[in-house]
Amino acid sequence: MQALAQLALSPSGFVFDPRTGATFTVNPSGVVLLEGLREGQRLTELVHTLEQQFDARAGDLARDVLEFVRRLQVEGLLARDFELEA
Amino acid sequence: MRPFTGTVAITGLNAIDNPGPGVAFALALRRDPAFQGRIVGLAYDVLDPGLYLPHLLDASFLIPYPSAGRDALLSRLEHVRSAVGLDVLVPNLDSELPALMGHEDALLERGIATFLPTRGSFDARAKNRLDDLRAEHGIPVPEGEAISDPSPLYTAHERYGFPLVVKSGFYGARVCWSVDEAVRAFHALAAKWGLPIYVQRYVAGDEVNVCALGDGEGGTLGAVAMKKTVITELGKGWAGVTIEDEALIELARDVIRATRWRGPCEIEAIRDADGDTWLIEVNPRFPAWCDLCQGAGQNLPLATCRLAAGQPVAPFDPYQPGIAFVRVSTDLIVPIGALEALTVAGESIPASRRTA
Repeated sequence: MQALAQLALSPSGFVFDPRTGATFTVNPSGVVLLEGLREGQRLTELVHTLEQQFDARAGDLARDVLEFVRRLQVEGLLARDFELEA
Repeated sequence: MRPFTGTVAITGLNAIDNPGPGVAFALALRRDPAFQGRIVGLAYDVLDPGLYLPHLLDASFLIPYPSAGRDALLSRLEHVRSAVGLDVLVPNLDSELPALMGHEDALLERGIATFLPTRGSFDARAKNRLDDLRAEHGIPVPEGEAISDPSPLYTAHERYGFPLVVKSGFYGARVCWSVDEAVRAFHALAAKWGLPIYVQRYVAGDEVNVCALGDGEGGTLGAVAMKKTVITELGKGWAGVTIEDEALIELARDVIRATRWRGPCEIEAIRDADGDTWLIEVNPRFPAWCDLCQGAGQNLPLATCRLAAGQPVAPFDPYQPGIAFVRVSTDLIVPIGALEALTVAGESIPASRRTA
């Protein structure tokens, strides 16, 4: 979670990792997820936030959030053993 | 802090595909309001590109190659001083240091101040001495050895595995996956750069660099860490960004402490998959990206000028991560007459800059 906390996250979706110098972009829902994960939100909270801000169904959203978390783990931004609380 | 008003002479204006640091050094001075002095360019070739960058230099001189010897250089510097004034000399190329180290007093007698490493420090960071940094100071350096003939390469993989790295003492390194490849690399590098050659365990990972300034007492006055984001075929950073990496900065501090480094340097390191940082090389001058330090809040080039001039310099506050540089390749358009003065007279001095 420390790596995630250090990210410089722009509202535009441009992200800079000051530890590695890497940059990447995320879409608007990615911005919401990164901010939520940094705040320590649980899966249900993240899904609820996405439901409110985007036109999507909760079932799809939960799957997408978990996929996003896995992607962050692959990129080294979340620990391999990180588990998102339900 | 009070303005710096002296005249600084710099070398390394060869801003080519393997660029010297001179242009970046001069830009770092120009971009700082505290620099109110003049910059004199010293070059070995009329076509060193930095000589023609508008508003960079106040005057330019050709100087003899280091191989011409110290006396030839001192004589030329005396001429520069008499023509346009000269307070501080900053050599920006590795090959220039041996002719100057230990002769600071001779330069100072001529009114030219420097801030150079000692011969002992210079030797302590040579590639064949990095093992000593590991053994005596615990600095992480991949295992390796200096060789003067290719025969040890036939068994080197038993000690270091494949791939292994074959590198010259000056420039160039090859990652080799077989004995044949290593032997070929040995001969190619030895033919171009001479002996000895170094063979070293390969560390996979990201190359990271630090531009730093040592006070000569073991202290680090400033250090900026950078990750290359675009790398040329020559391995040069064409773009990069400052990063927040305390372990890397600490490695630079350890090297400066161990060698009691005095003046500019660049630490080249590899961060492996486990997050460990390995020292690969210590260059005895600033890198070609040293202007980035100024942009990130540590104007190490200006601090070097101040130190040479005997002005106090306090350790810098932390730099700002997330400051990027992008190099640009462009054509400078100049009338052929712009080359004339340097070609014919070996110097280009606007009338307003002449002291006599």
